[in-house]
Amino acid sequence: MMRPHPARLVLYAALLAAALLFLAPLYVMVVASLKPLPEIRGGGIFALPEAPTLAAWGKAWASACVGSNCVGLRPYYVNSWIMAIPAVAVSVAIGAVNGYALTKWRFRGAEMFFAALLLGAFIPFQTILIPMARVLAALGLFGSIGGLVLIHVVYGIPVTTLLFRNFYLGVPDELMRAARLDGAGFFRAFWHVILPLSPPMLAVAAILQFTGIWNDFLFGVVFSGPGSAPVTVALNNIAGANFGAKEYNVDMAAALLTALPTLIVYLVSGRYFLRGLGAGAIKG
Amino acid sequence: MSALSVRNIGKNFGATSVLTDLSLEVEAGEFLVLLGPSGCGKSTLLNIVAGLDQADTGRIWIGAEDVTDREPRDRDIAMVFQSYALYPSMSARRNMAFGLRMRGMNKAEADRRVTEAARLLQIEPLLDRKPARLSGGQRQRVAIGRAIVRQPAIFLFDEPLSNLDAKLRAETRLELKELHRRLGATILHVTHDQIEAMTLATRIAILNRGAIEQIGAPREIYDRPATVFVAGFTGAPPMNLIPGMVTATGGIASFRPEGSELEFVLPMAAAAPTGRKAVLGLRPEHIGEPSPNSGGNERIVMLTPLLVEPTGADTHIVFALGPTRIVGRFKPGFAPTSESVAVALDLDRASLFDAENGRRL
Repeated sequence: MMRPHPARLVLYAALLAAALLFLAPLYVMVVASLKPLPEIRGGGIFALPEAPTLAAWGKAWASACVGSNCVGLRPYYVNSWIMAIPAVAVSVAIGAVNGYALTKWRFRGAEMFFAALLLGAFIPFQTILIPMARVLAALGLFGSIGGLVLIHVVYGIPVTTLLFRNFYLGVPDELMRAARLDGAGFFRAFWHVILPLSPPMLAVAAILQFTGIWNDFLFGVVFSGPGSAPVTVALNNIAGANFGAKEYNVDMAAALLTALPTLIVYLVSGRYFLRGLGAGAIKG
Repeated sequence: MSALSVRNIGKNFGATSVLTDLSLEVEAGEFLVLLGPSGCGKSTLLNIVAGLDQADTGRIWIGAEDVTDREPRDRDIAMVFQSYALYPSMSARRNMAFGLRMRGMNKAEADRRVTEAARLLQIEPLLDRKPARLSGGQRQRVAIGRAIVRQPAIFLFDEPLSNLDAKLRAETRLELKELHRRLGATILHVTHDQIEAMTLATRIAILNRGAIEQIGAPREIYDRPATVFVAGFTGAPPMNLIPGMVTATGGIASFRPEGSELEFVLPMAAAAPTGRKAVLGLRPEHIGEPSPNSGGNERIVMLTPLLVEPTGADTHIVFALGPTRIVGRFKPGFAPTSESVAVALDLDRASLFDAENGRRL
């Protein structure tokens, strides 16, 4: 067998140490969520559970108290999905069309339009909370999931537009000229020629948007009502409750449940994500 | 009525004038090649004909209709691009049928036309492949097929051969010519490759700085270039251009190359005004070994060889004629052995240009 180079061994050791460091909190959370409460109080945090139990997961899912409402995370989980799916779909779709229009149908003032749009990506969210609340109230969407969808779409558009614009800059313009000669207009050329080239960037934009929207807490806590809160807000209410005994196992299970969709998305599509970010010009 | 009529087209990009008052008629069945160096405006002109670019002034007529204000798809044209511009996500078959389907043709008829074009181009086995799985030459054929199925009034070719390697380019050139003959199509073809123009065209239009320098049959362009620019742009190697002075004594005009003691008697005496700066143009094939039985106005001079370039088919030798360097074409294996070589100049075939405005005298 070939002996690895000593420098390699040092490198692997350093990488392993870093991985352990970053994975340790996750490990602690997983084992804590599988222990009954007395065992958490008594034992070390790194100890494996003596008798693993899913009781805490069940409670976090279906009966933990969110404020005074002891229904678990489940309804809020549903809220988050109802919010995230249309918000991701719409913001990615609009970003793709914007990027296409900005690169392949250059209109007068396109650069200005893009600069203004990009500015939107750099506005701190805190500064627009109050104006946004008034806009939502005027639209009758305040405290509803629809309102959250609208906000996430609006604040997702600058980033998705930027992603698709840069991606479509690499698509040869001759393709569009061929499509125009073939009789395809704005939307048909987009649908038949440009969109089929876009799956790598669609994946990147969808992953970015999904993690951002799912993990959002600020908009959720400000603009949702009691019945429309996303799961991040519910998690905060479960873990932040400061009466009665602190149920660390339930808190951990709830936190893991909340993080699960983004973790799965990353594990399943991380490969596409990297490929999409690295996707260069398309050869015609 | 011409198949295509370009009337007084002008185009500026900002302060730069790209095309100035350019007019051109293409007859049905013609293979007209627009030849010019990069930046001469030939691709811009093609784009204006296609409707992909708008002219500032002038009109475009196709057949009996003014199409200046029409969209590209409503102009009854098809185009083959330099990069082929095949849709990467579609098979060759769908690429070819796309334009037909976009126009609402039913699938059966579109399929029939694609199959027919594929047979003509011998790409039937490739129809279900995507462009990424085709070689450069195969992509080129699919791109031509995409134009053929449309059965347009005019084909526009935008340097379709320039992305091919030399061998494939020569083969495809022949096939294009054959295709033109079989389809009887009207073709407007843009290139910067003068050999491509010479071999393909029924007529060549040479563009320089946004205007047509000369338009005519390849033979005419080659033998009687209208300007110094045309002379220097055609032929490989191009025509030798020798600056000098014309003098006339007793009804006989002669040409004295700059910085040289030589004097050539000119056959085109009548047109040449005396005491005027001029440029004498001689093709390399009219500079060669003296032959014993040559008639006409052949002039034999002693010249100093500077460089020998064997090309296989023949040998090019560069000579010094005063400060000017001229290239002659010799038999393969010809090797100058001495400091000076006897060289025959066929002055009957020479061209004479005005040094001031570059026009043929």
